[in-house]
Amino acid sequence: MKWRESTFALPALIGLLSALGLFAALLGEGWWDSLSWLGLGIPALLGVWPLLRRSKAQS
Amino acid sequence: MRSTTIRRWSWLHTWSSLICTLFLLMLALTGLPLIFHHELEHLLGEAPELRELPPDTPHLSLQQLVDAAERHRPGEVIQYVGFEKDEPNGIIAITAATAGTEPNASHTFMLDARSGEPVAMPAANGGVLMFILRLHVDMFAGLPGKLLLAFMGLLFVVAIVSGVVLYAPFMRRLKFAEVRHDRSTRTRWLDLHNLIGIVTLTWALVVGITGVISACADILIEAWREEALGALMEPYRGAPPLQQRAPADELLRIAGEALPGMQADFIAFPGTRFSTEHHYTVFMIGSTHLTAHLWTPVLIDAKRLEVTAIAERPWYMDALSMSQPLHFGDYGGRPMQILWAVLDVLTIIVLLSGLYLWWVRRRTPRLRQTTQVAQ
Repeated sequence: MKWRESTFALPALIGLLSALGLFAALLGEGWWDSLSWLGLGIPALLGVWPLLRRSKAQS
Repeated sequence: MRSTTIRRWSWLHTWSSLICTLFLLMLALTGLPLIFHHELEHLLGEAPELRELPPDTPHLSLQQLVDAAERHRPGEVIQYVGFEKDEPNGIIAITAATAGTEPNASHTFMLDARSGEPVAMPAANGGVLMFILRLHVDMFAGLPGKLLLAFMGLLFVVAIVSGVVLYAPFMRRLKFAEVRHDRSTRTRWLDLHNLIGIVTLTWALVVGITGVISACADILIEAWREEALGALMEPYRGAPPLQQRAPADELLRIAGEALPGMQADFIAFPGTRFSTEHHYTVFMIGSTHLTAHLWTPVLIDAKRLEVTAIAERPWYMDALSMSQPLHFGDYGGRPMQILWAVLDVLTIIVLLSGLYLWWVRRRTPRLRQTTQVAQ
């Protein structure tokens, strides 16, 4: 999987999605809110997931 | 990247973060409960609750409410009246010893717009949430405190940018999100620091920059006063001080006619820092999601009740207004608040792991550091 090897491809994509998420909820409710939860949910999940995985590996 | 270049960026990353880390930790920790301040106020029983009255109970006039507010706080005068979308039957009154008294010495409460009955808002005047807020905003040090925190926020931005630059050489041999769990604790935390840092990058930058802008609010408001209000005040130069102001009753109608389709967010009374000595200033907001954050001030002569001007809304005041939601995370419902809290905790982890990495690296000979990058 080449895209995981590129240093900035995925971080850039995640950064863009976060930005989209941050601004989406400013524009409206409903779908706009959901879009923002998606955009901010991805970095939150990617940040929490490796921390949880580590504690599982230990126990 | 050449190793001297890496060393320079590394130096910048280390020192910009080290200087701001303690302050950022304080900001991230105090920020966490503030994300949920609305919920916590309810939980602590500090949220204002209006009495149940039959629907369609008529509202008192604005001047009657102003009188009620000043009766409730003898020796004080009204500074601001605010309107809340969530509580159409209440208005927020801010009073102080004089109109020009600084915000931290003001008293905030709600008035039932139907009866004029005051309802306390303890969280706006003191208590544990206010304590946390003051720590977060200025560490109880006023303008110098705010400016110090603004500077720390700038260092945080420098740390983030230099961190992104360093991300490249560190990740050269690694796939995205690869964490070497089987290696030393230091290596594992280095990978976690890099991963969490890079995925929270956009959020941290936005919250950091909007925090810096908010911390400069006092300066921006002063600039706006000079720029927008200064010229409008020319005709009033040398005018005798305002003795008797006309009743406030018609202000909302007058401002509404000046800016059709917009609604009042708050009224600044004559002599406050959001108005002039001779005007009521009604701050109008738009009705769309986006424009509801942007203020357009309507200056109304306090004696003749005529619109003097619709004041300029310079770009930096728009930036200040938009910084509020983008810093607080209060504009996308409960799920957004929770994500905000998660990202805040992740930032704390990046800060602490950065501190840890610096501490263990300090005790490692230089040679091994460079090989670690190149591996």
